[in-house]
Amino acid sequence: MVDMIQAHGLVKRYKEVTALAGLDLAVPEGQVLALLGPNGAGKTTAVRVLTTLLKPDEGTAHVAGVDVRADPDGVRARIGLSGQYAAVDEHLTGFENLEMVGRLYGLGRSRSRARARELLERFDLVDAGDRPSKTYSGGMRRRLDLAGSLVAAPPVLILDEPTTGLDPRSRVGMWDVIRELVRDGATLLLTTQYLEEADRLADDIVVIDHGRAIARGTADELKSQTGGERVEVVLAHASDREAAVRLLGAVAVGEVGTAENGRDLTAAVDGGVRSLRHVLEGLEAEGLEVLDIGLRRPTLDDVFLSLTGHAAEKDTDENTDAAEEALR
Amino acid sequence: MSTTTPGTTGEAHTGRLPEPTPVPERPNGLVRALTDGWIVAKRNLVKIKRVPEVLVFVLISPIMFVLLFAFVFGGAIDPEGAVGYREFLIGGIFAQTVVFGATFTGAGLAEDMQKGIIDRFRSLPMSHAAVLVGRTTSDVVYNLLSLIIMALTGLLVGWRIREGAFDALLGFALLLLFAYAISWVMAYVGLLVPSVEVINNASFIVIMPLTFVSNAFVPLSSFDGVLRQFVLWNPVSALTQASRELFGNVDPSTPVPDAWSMQHPALYTLGWVVLILAVFVPLSTRQFARASA
Ligand SMILES: Nc1ncnc2c1ncn2[C@@H]1O[C@H](COP(=O)(O)OP(=O)(O)OP(=O)(O)O)[C@@H](O)[C@H]1O
Ligand SMILES: [Mg+2]
Repeated sequence: MVDMIQAHGLVKRYKEVTALAGLDLAVPEGQVLALLGPNGAGKTTAVRVLTTLLKPDEGTAHVAGVDVRADPDGVRARIGLSGQYAAVDEHLTGFENLEMVGRLYGLGRSRSRARARELLERFDLVDAGDRPSKTYSGGMRRRLDLAGSLVAAPPVLILDEPTTGLDPRSRVGMWDVIRELVRDGATLLLTTQYLEEADRLADDIVVIDHGRAIARGTADELKSQTGGERVEVVLAHASDREAAVRLLGAVAVGEVGTAENGRDLTAAVDGGVRSLRHVLEGLEAEGLEVLDIGLRRPTLDDVFLSLTGHAAEKDTDENTDAAEEALR
Repeated sequence: MSTTTPGTTGEAHTGRLPEPTPVPERPNGLVRALTDGWIVAKRNLVKIKRVPEVLVFVLISPIMFVLLFAFVFGGAIDPEGAVGYREFLIGGIFAQTVVFGATFTGAGLAEDMQKGIIDRFRSLPMSHAAVLVGRTTSDVVYNLLSLIIMALTGLLVGWRIREGAFDALLGFALLLLFAYAISWVMAYVGLLVPSVEVINNASFIVIMPLTFVSNAFVPLSSFDGVLRQFVLWNPVSALTQASRELFGNVDPSTPVPDAWSMQHPALYTLGWVVLILAVFVPLSTRQFARASA
């Protein structure tokens, strides 16, 4: 299997910030890689390097077999980019936007027009196709932008937060579109802050923070790293906290997590339902009132928190290193 | 699929690289700059259709200029000789208006640079110069429209074309050509300071002295010393002088100025056009490529 996107040791520094600190990426042909990270992690910077909008200070990258530094034009001819902010001309209609992009890819007039009509249809924009895109809703603009990246049917698609700002229904619609693209054979790199999204769409996930990968693997692999299931308790009264922590501590693997409100508690357990029952009986015996209790499989959110959760508070480099250590 | 052990943070998979996928051939260099540039120019011109208010302002200000100068200063300033001040003035107003029109280029480009569409352009396999070629070309259309309006207004207030139609066309062509060159200067400024407000003020600072310390509004004879030398060699003076000559608005009794630039104003203007384009086309193109990297 060949890698349609391959990057080694990408570094990009701004005056005060190191946006990329040696990032490695690889996306095999026909697969989806999700780049998952919080605000400022370096997702957009990585996307801009791969799409030739930005030259890295160090490192190499190949997209569709072409070196981004040596032949940026060659890369541009083989990728579709949908950036974090919709790149459409507000005065042009949806149709005109797509036609212009087709012409600039070198498709020629009649093919550009046919392609524009096809894409408007596919993205449910036919009715709005002759209106200036200024009049579009955020979701429509986003769809038009994605359509723009598909005009030349490029083998590699790079989407920067394709569903940010969409309502839940539009988001699900966008997921369907993305899955369809992959079925058609495209190789895809997408960035997201939504763990659910990465879980649903991606074959492989790279979690990045402070410009470097802090974990990679499939959704399941990442979940298994955070340990097994956990018991979550929501207390009725914060004053019961100490007693409840003691109870959970008896069955927990590691420390019991407490939220700031003092009522939400969570503990990783390895006994499954037995652990849950144990906690329930304890709560009952001590007469502690609970609003909610449950046994939960870890989500990517847990993975994410366990990897980056403390990073915001203390010296970040130390913490990411610690997180890396913890994973080995 | 994944060949990595879960959770390792070192090397990603080091799979083989594919053969580059075939893509349609694109013409190279100049041809592509022009075809892509024209596509971008058309996109800029659509704005006239969608926001006609812009056009109204582009066209009203030249009318206002012609009328203001003709009726307010028309009586106060007396150019030597028989050709009336209004007739003398129109060439100057033409020159000033098309030069100021270049501000549009800088402002339009500055605006573009702040919009998402520029990232779309940059990620397409199009010519690097196309956005600039497109912007400067669509501004020729603006300038052409404002020249037509000014000429019509001029004819209404007493301006006449006294040489042949061919010479007059050459006059208009020279005005557009010089404006085109200045557009590339303002394009560079627009890329350096991508802020519409700054561009508008900056162009005022540069263009005001160029047009006012010239023979556009007052006859050459009213300047002395260093100022006179500046006026003589100022390209805007040459442009004004050339259009006056080509429209037949030069009074035969005016003494021929003592500078080569004024004796061969069309040639001197063309020299500036070539010089400006030779410097600013590559400079702006490079700046465009660099602007966000
Ligand atoms: N042009 C720039 N000049 C200075 N710093 C920059 C620039 N662009 C990005 N940065 C910094 O680089 C870091 C990474 O930014 P980037 O935009 O890649 O993050 P991101 O993961 O896309 O975040 P978000 O989720 O908010 O979009 C941030 O700290 C940001 O402030
Ligand atoms: Mg971003």
